[in-house]
Amino acid sequence: MEINDIVLANSKAKGKRPYFFDDAAVERVLNITMAVAGELAVVHERLDTIERLLEAKGTLSRADIEAYRPDAKSEEERQRWHAAYIARILRIVQQEMEAIRDENLENNRTMDEVADELEQI
Amino acid sequence: MNQAPINVPPAWHRIGKHEVAPEASHDEIARFNFLSNLNKHLATIVSPGNRVAYDKRVRPRFLREKGRDFQSRREVREAMLKDPYFQTWSALRRSAMEMRQQAGRSLVLRQAKELAEKAAKLNEGKDTLQLNPDLTIPPYIAKVDNHLMPGSYHTELFPGDVSAAANYDMGLFVTTGGALGRFNDGGGKAIAQWLLSHHPEFKPQRILDIGCGLGHNVLPIAQAYPDAEVIAIDVGAPMLRYGHARAQALGVTNVKFIQMDGQYTGFPDESFDWIQTTMFLHETSGKSIYGIMKEIYRMLKPGGVTMHIEQPQYTPEMDLYEQFIRDWDAFYNNEPFWSKMHDIDALELMTQAGFKAENFFQIGVRAVNDNEDHTKPRAPEPEDHGRAAVWNVFGAWKK
Repeated sequence: MEINDIVLANSKAKGKRPYFFDDAAVERVLNITMAVAGELAVVHERLDTIERLLEAKGTLSRADIEAYRPDAKSEEERQRWHAAYIARILRIVQQEMEAIRDENLENNRTMDEVADELEQI
Repeated sequence: MNQAPINVPPAWHRIGKHEVAPEASHDEIARFNFLSNLNKHLATIVSPGNRVAYDKRVRPRFLREKGRDFQSRREVREAMLKDPYFQTWSALRRSAMEMRQQAGRSLVLRQAKELAEKAAKLNEGKDTLQLNPDLTIPPYIAKVDNHLMPGSYHTELFPGDVSAAANYDMGLFVTTGGALGRFNDGGGKAIAQWLLSHHPEFKPQRILDIGCGLGHNVLPIAQAYPDAEVIAIDVGAPMLRYGHARAQALGVTNVKFIQMDGQYTGFPDESFDWIQTTMFLHETSGKSIYGIMKEIYRMLKPGGVTMHIEQPQYTPEMDLYEQFIRDWDAFYNNEPFWSKMHDIDALELMTQAGFKAENFFQIGVRAVNDNEDHTKPRAPEPEDHGRAAVWNVFGAWKK
């Protein structure tokens, strides 16, 4: 007996799903965002556990964490991490910008249009 | 400036543990904690804004455009569905309910086989669990995944599966913010305490609980009347397997779990002293609710009592907005009979079944909550409509 727990955990309940916003796309994004917010809370709680355990075991105190200031090298690494993280999340906005900036109309054709061309060459 | 006290739900690790309960990882517990707090926030901070939107713009616009007030809660709903604030709250509440199912199912399904084995071990050789694989699942269960629970109470993913029950057991604490107590048994405890204190002379020998689910509300009844023979019936085999194992694990052994349809039990006439349903009738249907009540009347001994725990019935005196907001779960949390059920005149339901009007009664009860530090609100709080652990109980003595 084997079940795909990852897929089954997400099963849809019977019944047509109500969408409350005029545009279902907005609600879809809201649902994805809330799920991500939930996972952020999960990571936060785990980190909080780690900090409390480290403090309880005398490894470091949370005051050390609050007082921590990165040196120049660490600062650069951490800021780069933030930059990459934000860019990854806002990828679609960047791509929309690239689309409108691209002067070459050929690069913004649909694949239907490209397919039509490829068929001929 | 000090921080004002706020009402936070108990963290999920406080949930009552027992031998068949799933193992929960640190992240799975944190996921539940996020969802409890999200539910609390939506109920206490966001939801009151619906009333403001109704009073300040939805109702005034309706009055202006139609030249009259709302005449039904359906009209209120149609108007509110166009309001952006109600849309946002509803979208978030629906999302929270779906995420709660996902969180429970992802926790349970990864260990579904182990859970089935744990239950099977506790159930082995016990005549207090009787399943009937040939039972026809009544349409009100077969057609609806109640409260967005995929597969409802009865679906088995493999033989011996208990995952539907384990998911329900773990998640109810999240949806209710622990308001039903550590074992989600605050309703059963409340009704048992009420009967013991108001009718100390009543000594039921045989007790029937219809739609027992995983038995969370029948166990406190069995504990309150340890000498009684208690029978708990449900149509869902996963619920009964898990519920029986859970009862064994918790040391409550005077309950027999039987797979049966409450409308057609086959029990002899006048064979029970007390017949109970708890948050069950709203998950039935228009005709079956009358059929079940007739069956209850038939099975009840003279001098016996039946009681039914539900959210308050709608009455003509109840404000239309309140009816509308209490109805949300009916349409958007897959509780389709909720709306009609709460319109039924409970007295008429009971007298149709054979009870005499003079023996009908209604009482209010509040869940008995054993979550220490979380039993009393620290700050004033609006009601979480449809979820509040304060109920209307209607019932009748058979005389």
